[in-house]
Amino acid sequence: MSERAPTRPLPDIRNAGAMFWSKAAEGVLVVPKCNACSRTFWHPRPRCPHCGSEQVGWIRGSGAGTVHTFTVVRQSGDPYFKTKLPYAVAMIDLDEGVRIMSNIVDTPLEGLRIGMRVEVLFEAAGEGIAIPLFRAHGGGA
Amino acid sequence: MSQRDLSAQVSIVGVATAGIGWETQQSVAEIMADAACKALDDAGLGVRDVDGVFAVTPYYWMPSVALADQLGIQPKVTDSTNIGGASVVAHVGHAVRAIVAGQCEVAVIAYASTQRSDAGKLVTGADILPYERPYGALFPISGYAMVTQRHMYEYGTTREQLAKVAVAASQWASLNPEALKPEPLTVAEVLASPLVSDPLRKLDICLVTNGGGAIVLTSRDRAKKLRKRAVSVLGTGESHSHCYVTNMRSFTATAGVESGRAAFEMAGLGPPDIDVVQIYDAFTIMVALGLEDLGFCEKGGAGAMIEAGIGPGSKLPVNTTGGGLRYCHPGMFGIFLLVEAVRQLRNECGKRQVENARTALAHGFGGVLAGNATVILARDG
Repeated sequence: MSERAPTRPLPDIRNAGAMFWSKAAEGVLVVPKCNACSRTFWHPRPRCPHCGSEQVGWIRGSGAGTVHTFTVVRQSGDPYFKTKLPYAVAMIDLDEGVRIMSNIVDTPLEGLRIGMRVEVLFEAAGEGIAIPLFRAHGGGA
Repeated sequence: MSQRDLSAQVSIVGVATAGIGWETQQSVAEIMADAACKALDDAGLGVRDVDGVFAVTPYYWMPSVALADQLGIQPKVTDSTNIGGASVVAHVGHAVRAIVAGQCEVAVIAYASTQRSDAGKLVTGADILPYERPYGALFPISGYAMVTQRHMYEYGTTREQLAKVAVAASQWASLNPEALKPEPLTVAEVLASPLVSDPLRKLDICLVTNGGGAIVLTSRDRAKKLRKRAVSVLGTGESHSHCYVTNMRSFTATAGVESGRAAFEMAGLGPPDIDVVQIYDAFTIMVALGLEDLGFCEKGGAGAMIEAGIGPGSKLPVNTTGGGLRYCHPGMFGIFLLVEAVRQLRNECGKRQVENARTALAHGFGGVLAGNATVILARDG
């Protein structure tokens, strides 16, 4: 019996986030935006968390952002993430005005800095789902 | 009526801990009930007197109902509010409101966990946001690590300063006969301990133990008829600005600003009036954030305050049991903040007693700085 390599835990792609994950599968980053108060928000919700309106829509993100903070995980009990140690988890301020969590990949860990510019890439994760990750702007393997 | 009318109307009349250790022969319900009964003994009251039950634990679906079941109580007020480690601190405010409103007379607040014996690691029941699940952030360590990183960046807080939180905790623990890790630590030892999620190292992080505790509250008038000197609840506050790390309003400030402000306003006091402080310390950064957000120093000033000293003999003693870092940490530490605050005000703390402690503040955090609850207590008379 062959052992399947552990895979990245997948998000629940239903509900208010369905459009986000559907676009991610096409390699496109979209960000929720309220059509009533014009503010972007995160995470995807049926009602704007700023003004409460149900008139929520999406805008296409440039994929560019700035690292607000990060950590390098050095220990893990998770079967998939154990294979990735050490890896960076970061909070990224997208240029569209929302802060999201992701990993920074293809970038030397010693070079990670708060304030560095990053750009999105998408990694196929199984079941037709693609996960947005980030790498240093202008960098990449 | 204003919230100031709630001040000094309710007293804590009994406290106890139970089951603190690396091993256990008891269930969570047994430890909670044991702590509750010991706290009632401490108060000179009995189980038959209890008509308000407040409990939290990730082990049970309906924690207060499970505790009442274990003890054979049918209460008039029941509360299983879960905001993480801050829960029981928030329960104090809930109990105050119920007692002042005349809905119950004697309230028990209790907590327990046997996570050390069961999973050997943190048991939380926490849910994971879909937008976080793919990224492998350790819960809750990586969230606190990112907060620490940002705090160091914005305010110049250093690794040595945060290590001194653990060192001070170890100094207090060495004076606490209940402490599970009473050996003193040095800054060098903390900074040499293995990295878990940068910049947090093993010794920046709390213990994983079993244990539980309980407190008993009643009206000020009833308290006067009991044998021990009561501790009065002067102020309470609770708040949360987010649930998930993704939605944190700030990576350097917490809703302790709001819960602390509410507690101080109810009490009619300010930070300089507090003699001893208990701040939830699952991670060294939490003590820094608590000192700042509760107003003991300006935002960003905690590093300097920690350098000036928070250990035995210091001007503002913090976490006099040794805290979650060195005393015990059975999943949630909130109940131990309350038990110790009361014991300090009653002068029951032996070698770790803060001289002339007349007022105490306890602040709990829950999740990744999500739940926040603050309580201000004073010695009666």
